[in-house]
Amino acid sequence: MFTALFGSVEQGIIYAIMALGVYLTFRVLDFPDLTVDGSFVTGAATAAMMIALGYHPILATLLAIVAGFIAGCMTGLLHTKGKINPLLSGILMMIALYSINLRIMGLSAENAIVKPNIPLMNADTIFSQFQVFWSNLGIDAALTSFIKNTLGISPAPSTWGTILVVLIITLIIKFIADWFLKTEVGLAIRATGDNKRMIRSFSANTDGLIVLGLGLSNALVAFSGALIAQYAKFADANMGIGMIVIGLASVIIGEAIFGTKTIFRTTLAVVAGAIIYRIIYAVALRIDWLDTSDMKLITAIIVILALVIPQLVDKRREKKRKEKRQMERLEQHREITRLQGGKNLA
Amino acid sequence: MLKLEGINKIFNEATPDEKIALDNINLHLAPGDFVTIIGSNGAGKSTMMNMISGALTPDFGAVTIDGKEVTRLPEYKRSQFIGRVFQDPMAGTAPSMTIEENLAIAYSRNAKRGLRIGVSRGRRDFFRTSLEKLGLGLEDRFNAKVGMLSGGERQALSLLMATFTRPSILLLDEHTAALDPSRAELITRLTKQLVEEGNLTTLMVTHNMQQAIDLGNRLIMMDKGQIILSIDDAKKPTLTIPDLMTEFEKIRGEKMNSDRALLGS
Repeated sequence: MFTALFGSVEQGIIYAIMALGVYLTFRVLDFPDLTVDGSFVTGAATAAMMIALGYHPILATLLAIVAGFIAGCMTGLLHTKGKINPLLSGILMMIALYSINLRIMGLSAENAIVKPNIPLMNADTIFSQFQVFWSNLGIDAALTSFIKNTLGISPAPSTWGTILVVLIITLIIKFIADWFLKTEVGLAIRATGDNKRMIRSFSANTDGLIVLGLGLSNALVAFSGALIAQYAKFADANMGIGMIVIGLASVIIGEAIFGTKTIFRTTLAVVAGAIIYRIIYAVALRIDWLDTSDMKLITAIIVILALVIPQLVDKRREKKRKEKRQMERLEQHREITRLQGGKNLA
Repeated sequence: MLKLEGINKIFNEATPDEKIALDNINLHLAPGDFVTIIGSNGAGKSTMMNMISGALTPDFGAVTIDGKEVTRLPEYKRSQFIGRVFQDPMAGTAPSMTIEENLAIAYSRNAKRGLRIGVSRGRRDFFRTSLEKLGLGLEDRFNAKVGMLSGGERQALSLLMATFTRPSILLLDEHTAALDPSRAELITRLTKQLVEEGNLTTLMVTHNMQQAIDLGNRLIMMDKGQIILSIDDAKKPTLTIPDLMTEFEKIRGEKMNSDRALLGS
């Protein structure tokens, strides 16, 4: 159980980068971008292809980020220049990317044009390279024995290195996002999602900002895909199915639990939401009568509930408030009538 | 400062709904001119404002601002030198962003936006002193989301945001019409103050004849897409509402449909 949960947290931290990308489009730009299902795989495919060809994993990951950025910009151009509805732009790009991803993975094969997956079993990844450096430090053994002595729990992960490296990467991305959304360009992107007419009247090119926002968002999604491919040691054409809903679930869960008072808090909530989602996922998988394939249904239900319940709660609250107010007014009327009645008698 | 030459615009051309919105409009504004525009619904006032701001492009004619022809320049580029306040108090501000963030967006109007922090310490001081001029206590609510402000407060903020970068042209499109009378009066007073301080070249559309007479140094009346009356700064100070009504009757040969114009706020 501990190992499974520990793995979920590690994955959750990586998926948090994807969730931050989804936050950028869904919440900040108010653009429901479905490119994510495709661009996540684009990131994974690009990184896996480069690594399989023997390039350095950091270079492979950087190229994956660029590929995601281009994919996002394409969706933005379809919407702004092609005047195609936002949802349709994303769906079109997602479908196009499916073929493109097979081609990207095909680049790693000598005798095929397309390839449905790339295994990275014995390849060098960011994580395996960090592990070489990390295991020399001897911190793993120290931490494990420390936990055993103080908490009395003996199970420990095989290494603390992975969680540390993903946590550092994700937190850096989070802080960059916080900073970016406060810069002049960041403010303009937020205003584009908030009030297009207003920001146009302050000399901002909303089309350009939408393209930039979608590019950055999908760059993060592809980054997350590249890291997941290296973490799981494979890339697969179908690994992105439902990714947008997972991202959305993470954003909604995080916001519901931690609130959205400031940007700093919201991005933190999104990261936490992604981790919580992975933990729910791991726990659900341990229920006997549930199958792994049920997870997509469960994710959809989580998002539906998260979207519907707040409306019901608001309605109920509104009704209660109105009823209370009405009661008070009735009470006042009764009071007035009683006083007048008393006067009349006197 | 602003020149409109031979502006024509037809909506829904070659359909039963065809409407001549602007019919050969010519208008010159000298620097510092404050022109109020009156006219009945559908006279072409807002269409003319949209031609200047770039939200619409004319079928024929040219728009020149500060000596530069801008007829085909897209709205977002033109808004570098045009400040605007809309009728809807919700239209001019970003509701889910804070007061200072909104001000920072307005502040970057005439500079290229980069990766500098929008609300820097130096700017915050400037924002504070600017907000103090409004006298609404907004300077103490810097981090309040603009969506939490009342309509009047939002419109005052919009007005400040539209003016504090000293735009070449200020366009006010019935910006007090959606407010209750006391709020409208406040915004009218602030308009006068901010325009005078910045010596801004201003065009203001209004339904309220009294407001049109009280504010500005020139007045024009529009009807059916044409400018039918233009009062210059020599005659404006002595102008009264009855004067305007008689002028209209003289020109159009019919009584002005004046209920809304008289009573409208």
